[in-house]
Formats: sequence, C-alpha cells, structure tokens
Amino acid sequence: MGNPLAAPNMDFDPRREQQLEEIRRHAEQLGRLHVIGERPSGAPFPQASPENGYYQIPLLKEPPWTWEIPLYFFVGGAAGAAAVIGAIADYTGGDRELVRHARWIAAAGSVISPALLVSDLGRPERFLAMLRVFKIQSPMSVGVWTLVGFSTGAAAAAFAEVLRGRYGSSLPIRVLENAGQAASLAFGLPFSNYTGVLIGATAVPVWNRNAWTLPLHFGASGLGAAVGLLELLGHRKNRALQALGLGAAFIETLEGASIELRPDPAFDPLKHGPSGFVTRAGGALAGPVSLALRTASLLTTGKRSASLRRWASWSSIAGSLVTRIAWIYAGRVSARDWKLPLELEDQRSGKSVSAARKREHVGSTKIRPNNPET
Amino acid sequence: MSVTAFLTDSTLCIGCKACEVACKEWNGVEEDGLEWSGFSYDNTGSVGASTWRHVKFVEQAPVPGIGGNAGEHTSWTFSSDVCKHCEQAGCLEACPTGSIVRTEFGGVYIQPDVCNGCGYCVTSCPFGVVERNPKDGRAFKCTFCYDRQKAGLIPACAKACPTESIQFGEIGELREKARTRVEELRQRGISDVAMYDPSDTSVEGTHAMFIIRGDPRSYNLPPSPEVPTVYLKKAWTSSAVAAGVLLGGTLLAFLFDGRRR
Repeated sequence: MGNPLAAPNMDFDPRREQQLEEIRRHAEQLGRLHVIGERPSGAPFPQASPENGYYQIPLLKEPPWTWEIPLYFFVGGAAGAAAVIGAIADYTGGDRELVRHARWIAAAGSVISPALLVSDLGRPERFLAMLRVFKIQSPMSVGVWTLVGFSTGAAAAAFAEVLRGRYGSSLPIRVLENAGQAASLAFGLPFSNYTGVLIGATAVPVWNRNAWTLPLHFGASGLGAAVGLLELLGHRKNRALQALGLGAAFIETLEGASIELRPDPAFDPLKHGPSGFVTRAGGALAGPVSLALRTASLLTTGKRSASLRRWASWSSIAGSLVTRIAWIYAGRVSARDWKLPLELEDQRSGKSVSAARKREHVGSTKIRPNNPET
Repeated sequence: MSVTAFLTDSTLCIGCKACEVACKEWNGVEEDGLEWSGFSYDNTGSVGASTWRHVKFVEQAPVPGIGGNAGEHTSWTFSSDVCKHCEQAGCLEACPTGSIVRTEFGGVYIQPDVCNGCGYCVTSCPFGVVERNPKDGRAFKCTFCYDRQKAGLIPACAKACPTESIQFGEIGELREKARTRVEELRQRGISDVAMYDPSDTSVEGTHAMFIIRGDPRSYNLPPSPEVPTVYLKKAWTSSAVAAGVLLGGTLLAFLFDGRRR
C-alpha cells in the first residue's frame, strides 16, 4: 500500500474549500455557525480589546491571606478597644471588676494576635524579620510595632494584676501595672483600627476606595466587640458600656448606609454575590440590629431588658467577626475584577470609561511624531 | 554601574517564549504547567511567582492592513510582560521586613532570605506582578537578573531574545531609543503605536517600558496605575479620627456614668 505516512488521497474541491473558509470566518466573527447550525467548542473565540482587556484575565493578584487574618482583625480590634475601656475605667474610678475583665481581654488578645499573625506567614519562623526594620510608609510595619507595644503593655498589666493578687501591692508591682496600662492604652488606640489602614492602602479597589472610612469602621467594629465581650462577662448593667455599644452600633449603621448608597461599581463586592451577602449580614448585626436591641433594652425594664441587652452583646460580637471576614472576602472578589484596574466599568455607569479614554496611551502624549517637513 | 531598564518592543516580538525559558533556566524557576489557557497560545495568563517573564498573545478583532493580515483574520500581536520595576514601587514601600530593596541598577529586588511571606506586597502591586509561592510561602517576582547585572551581564531574557524585542540598557539611552523607534514606526504608517511608561501617575515611571500598538488595556496594562502609598494620608487621618473618637467617647461615657452614680 505504499508509504503509510503519505497524505491521504484527497481531491481538491474549491467549493468545499470555500465553504471551510466561510465556516472559519463565521466562527471567528460571530461565535456561531449559521451554515450548519452548530457551535464550535470554545466559540465565540475570545479576543483582547480595549473593552475586553486581555481576555478578561484579572490584572491584580488576590490577597493571599488565609482565615487567620480576618480573625486577627477581630481579636486585635476587640483587644485594643478593651484595653482603652479598661484604662479609662481605671482612671475615672470605675468598677474594679470591669477594669480587671477589660485587662484580661486585652491580655488574651496580646497572646492570640501574634499567634494568628505568625501562623498566617508563609514562613512563620521568620516573624522576627519584621522586627529588623521600622518603616513608617508600610502600614504592616507600623502595625507590627504597634502590636509589639500593645502586647507588651497589656501582658504586663495583666501580669502585675496577678502578682498583686498573690503578693499584695508593692511599688514595683504598681509601677509595672501603671506603665503596662498606660502602654496598652497608648498602643491600644491605634491597634484597634490600624487594620483599616492596612487594607485601605493597597492596590485592591474595594479596599483603597474605602481608605477614608475603613479605620473608623474597623475601630467601631472593635469597640462593639469589646463592649459585647465585657457585657457577657457580667457587666450587663453598666451604663457606660451601654452608651459605648450604642455609639459603635450607630457608627456601624452609618457605615453600612454609606456603602449601600455609593453607586461606585468598585463597591459591588460589598453588595452583590456571596461576599455582598456576608458583608450585609455582618453590617446588619453590628449596626442596625445591635442598635435596635440596645435601644429596646433601654426602653424596657427587668428581665426583658436584660435579655435584649444580652442579644445585643452577641449581635455586636458576631457582627464584628462577620464584618472582618466580609472585608477580606470582598477584597478577594475585588482583585478578581478585571475591569476596575483597566478603568472599564459596567455599562450602567459608563463614567469611568470616558475618564480612562482621556488618559489613553499613557506616556504616548510625550512622544509626538517628528515630522521633518514642518 | 548605571541605572538600567528593559524596553520591550511588542512590534518585534514573535511569541517564541525564549525569554520565559531563559528566565526559568537562569533563575531556576519551576515549571508552571504545560496546559493551554484557551486564550491564544498563552499558558499562564499573567506573570506570577513562577512566571517572571510572560508572553502575552494579543488576538484582536480584524484590522485590515495590520501586520499584513487579510481582512478576515484576527490581528495578532505578542508582548513579553515582566515586573515593571516602578520608580515608586508599591511592593517595596509595603514590605514590612525590608526584604524588598532598590538595587544600584534601579531595579526592585526581593531578598529571598529575608522575605517572611506576609503577602502584603502581593496586595500592594498595582500591576499584579508579585505572587506568593504556595509551596514555600515567600513572594517572588523578576529579579531584574540582579546577579547577572552585578557580573556585568545583561538579563537572561534580553540575552535570549532572538529579535531584540527585549532590549536592555541604560535607562536614558533606552528612552531615547524608544522615542526614535516610535517615530520610525509612525513614519512607516503605523499610527497606533504607543509607548507605555506611566510616568505621569504616582508610579512615576518604570524600569520596564513597552512599545505597544493600540490601547494598553488590550495588553492588561492599566491606564493609570497608582502606588498604594497615595492612600496612606486618607487612611491614617481616618485612623487618628477613630482613635480620637474612641478615647473621647470612652472618657465621656465613664465620666458621665460616674457622675450619675
């Protein structure tokens, strides 16, 4: 039968060749085949274009953080705010038991936070590499040093409390206690909200477009969680905590409203899809639900009031945790949005596209064709 | 020892991926799959932890006359992407360990023995270049062949490029070269040729310039990349306000409560 590798015998039929050309053109341009009513697999063939970007492949990389980071945000926020509450309650001569509980929450946070952070690192044994420099322009560097200061202070205050309980009060113990408490207050203030700066100053659109409000939002979230935890530890009648809980829930409600009212497509991960559901759930629990329960507990008395307040505490804590999870989730979704970094937005807004058009061909304006005739 | 740069001329690229291979070969970067992405002849879709050079295959709608294509065929261009080595580098600013440094050649270099894998640089790169290696946890990207440059050699990708689509040299000279090349192409009637070097944004220019045709967005090049440090002022202001509100609110709550009792 001759050479098996030779091409099979085919008669060249120009009509059939023409038909193949026709099919190819249809497939490429329409993605459909009217000719024989079939759709070739993979059609319509993807194309790169100013409207489609590079095959709609996302430009940005997703934040690589694992479950430890939202939990770290939650623990850090609650611990930082608890330290502030404890110190202020102490300075204003508040309930001793409240001071003690607030200190213990802060101290627990001072141990759990670094543990979570270390565990998230790609190379946990190199946590100390962050302590070889201080970089004011890096929120993570500032945050790590804040964490170190906070943890030292909060742990020292709690340790002094233990010593005082066992050996009675003495000058060194009082010095340690006061210095620790002052440090946990000073570092607790930024520690409760710096995580908002941390994610606000990134390339992830949904995060950096909220750089204005994120630290305030996270600070309120941490305060809500700290108040809730203290209430669950038995301070169910404390009016100062009730006022702080109301304040935090109020700020969270405002934040939720401002997110919902912004038409910016970069906010979509906070409103639509699974990440939008989680965000709304967290926002509702920390904001309006908590606010309503607290208000209702103020307007009622006795058992009913106490029960409402207990529900409010749980609502604040759960809301804070879910909110942190939601923001990391939304960041991942936002990084997958191929349109935003290319300044292409949905048809419904269309604003940004024209803005991008103006800046089209970055750098090309500087290079003008040099026409020797003129 | 001078400040150096890449000039990647996509009008000369033939899509051979020799740069990708040379980069992997010299730097010992692991393979990243031989699957097709389904987007032309692209394998990986973007640069990443194991793809420091990445050839983009930009298939665009038919444009009669482009590249001598017939009217019904897609216009097909290639462009070898790489870390931009920004003048204001988001990753470098964000790195909390000081692992990411600016070299004497102007490149941005991750010292692998210092990186602790926090991943903050990944979220801070406006070009989506840096990526954490899931196996060992550290962040990786193009090193600008720092070791080769130290030894007076040109980067592996530029060395391997068979058409001199990837050029390497002193940054000022390369800018001049790019200008001349763009003019030359325009005089030859290719009117949509442009240079991508976002020097009018907060990134303040790059050490990896590109000559492309048409809209940079077809190449996944952002029209106005911003270094994330521009958001710091807003965010820290908000942080200070939040701290003030927390301190003031707590003080007020406890003082008021104390007086009532």
